Amino acid sequence: MIEKAAGELVSLLSRGELSAEALTRFFLDAIHARDGRIKAYLHVDEAAALEQARAIDLKRKRGESLGRLAGLPVALKDVLCTKGQPTTCGSKILRNFVPPYDAHVISRLREADAVFLGKTNMDEFAMGSSTENSGYQVTHNPWDLERIPGGSSGGSAAAVAACLAPVAFGTDTGGSIRQPAAMCGVVGLKPTYGRVSRFGLVAFGSSLDQIGPLAHDVYDAALLLELIAGHDPRDSTSGNQPVPACTRSVHEPVRPLTIGVAREHFGEGLDSEVEQSVRAALAVYKDQGATIRDISLPHSRYAVAAYYLVATAEASSNLARYDGVHFGHRAARFENLIDMYCRTRGEGFGAEVKRRIMLGTYALSSGYKDAYYLKALKVRRLIKEDFDKAFAACDVIVGPTSPTPAFKIGDKAEDPLAMYLSDIYTISANLAGITGVSIPCGFTRGGLPIGLQILAGSFQEEKLLRVARMYEQATDWHKRRPNPP
Amino acid sequence: MSLTADQIRWVAHLARLDLSENELQAITRTLSAVVDYINQLNEVNTDGVEPLAHALDLQNVFREDEPAPSLTVDAALANAPDRQGDFYGVPPVLE
Repeated sequence: MIEKAAGELVSLLSRGELSAEALTRFFLDAIHARDGRIKAYLHVDEAAALEQARAIDLKRKRGESLGRLAGLPVALKDVLCTKGQPTTCGSKILRNFVPPYDAHVISRLREADAVFLGKTNMDEFAMGSSTENSGYQVTHNPWDLERIPGGSSGGSAAAVAACLAPVAFGTDTGGSIRQPAAMCGVVGLKPTYGRVSRFGLVAFGSSLDQIGPLAHDVYDAALLLELIAGHDPRDSTSGNQPVPACTRSVHEPVRPLTIGVAREHFGEGLDSEVEQSVRAALAVYKDQGATIRDISLPHSRYAVAAYYLVATAEASSNLARYDGVHFGHRAARFENLIDMYCRTRGEGFGAEVKRRIMLGTYALSSGYKDAYYLKALKVRRLIKEDFDKAFAACDVIVGPTSPTPAFKIGDKAEDPLAMYLSDIYTISANLAGITGVSIPCGFTRGGLPIGLQILAGSFQEEKLLRVARMYEQATDWHKRRPNPP
Repeated sequence: MSLTADQIRWVAHLARLDLSENELQAITRTLSAVVDYINQLNEVNTDGVEPLAHALDLQNVFREDEPAPSLTVDAALANAPDRQGDFYGVPPVLE
């Protein structure tokens, strides 16, 4: 049962062939049995999940109206505020934080009658590409326990891949949904900036962050996007664009379809097995009548550099709120107010978060702001203009999600720059604000999943998901599940 | 190394971050490598290019100023490290 995609589970639930309580128990049992080795979850509130499930079963029995997910268990990245349940962001500084309100997406999921299985592990404050930067535990890739699950939404990706949740939510600031989805062999969708309200999402880089689903297939991702998308007055950057009925159109192929292939996505550092799988995926599209067109994104080679200035500048400002006054950790001993701030933050933050706060503070400091921060924002515009030009000539851009499959735990821990470069293909989409998805497109000879990234213009999720679904209909990579650990 | 330990010490002060001597050395080394990498942005000609702070074509967004329910005092203070009555407790700011 736990291997099934969410769409099928929702059908079984709505036909009364499966109770929410029974389904929730299946997943809780799987978490008990397997998560000791995967370590996808930070908190699981079993009693609360079963209570939610029973309440939904009761509503169904009484014939009351039910939400669209009625009884479907979901996992939540621990960066989304859940009222009355811990929200740590993978950081020791928020060890005891219990939000007094729900994030917008959490309210939407409650209205849809979803059941919350628990909160998933992540790199501290979503800063990382391997989930090794969590302040609590290292998550293991369900396809090979010695490897990382990707990050920063590594707990969510591993939970779905290992069938410890049928779907999960993550956040993507530079690739943090798509890259772990690729590494764990699941579908991961980063919506357009402004498509989903960020209210109640603990901020990292406010001009880059987006919330999106991780799932077994494209239909499930479409279903979840529909539920969480749309304007929210509490987030002034959430757009007014109408939300398309993605689940209705997702099975319709896009014809004619022009696929852009950027030469910059096939450069130095690309693993040969990843390249072969991506080329094979392009052939699958060609067989379906797609036109493949060479395009260029000439400024994409500067995306990682621009990103690490923009994202850290925003983070250094956002993370100023962790001062030991309003919530979270406060140092036990200090001499005065400034000393209290310094010690609280020195004790509460991990190494990578400190490094990024330092970089962002440096980039914004007097005498350096023009050379670093403003320069990065100008390059950001050039990166966006590259995409504008590209999408005038093609519907979507297809390439690898990450240059390599999942690497070994510890391999890049001492080399932050090498870690940053694993996001080289995903990062420019966040700078430009466009939407993108990673879908499974094969395995290495060693049995590690490979992800195909598809990018589309702003607010083009409907087309993006239809193109992704075309590939899925012609292949069955998305049906594979790892052996239980 | 493009950054010195003194520079890092100054930035840590600006960021209100206590760093141990080991952390200071590690951050000086790793951030120098990152800053060297970032300096490749200087290759890009950005003359006449407007900075892009935000991908959405949005400017000031206004709403009606209407009273609405807010958090209760207890809910707002529930996570306070040092609650004193209906206030957040902080170390003395004025001598």
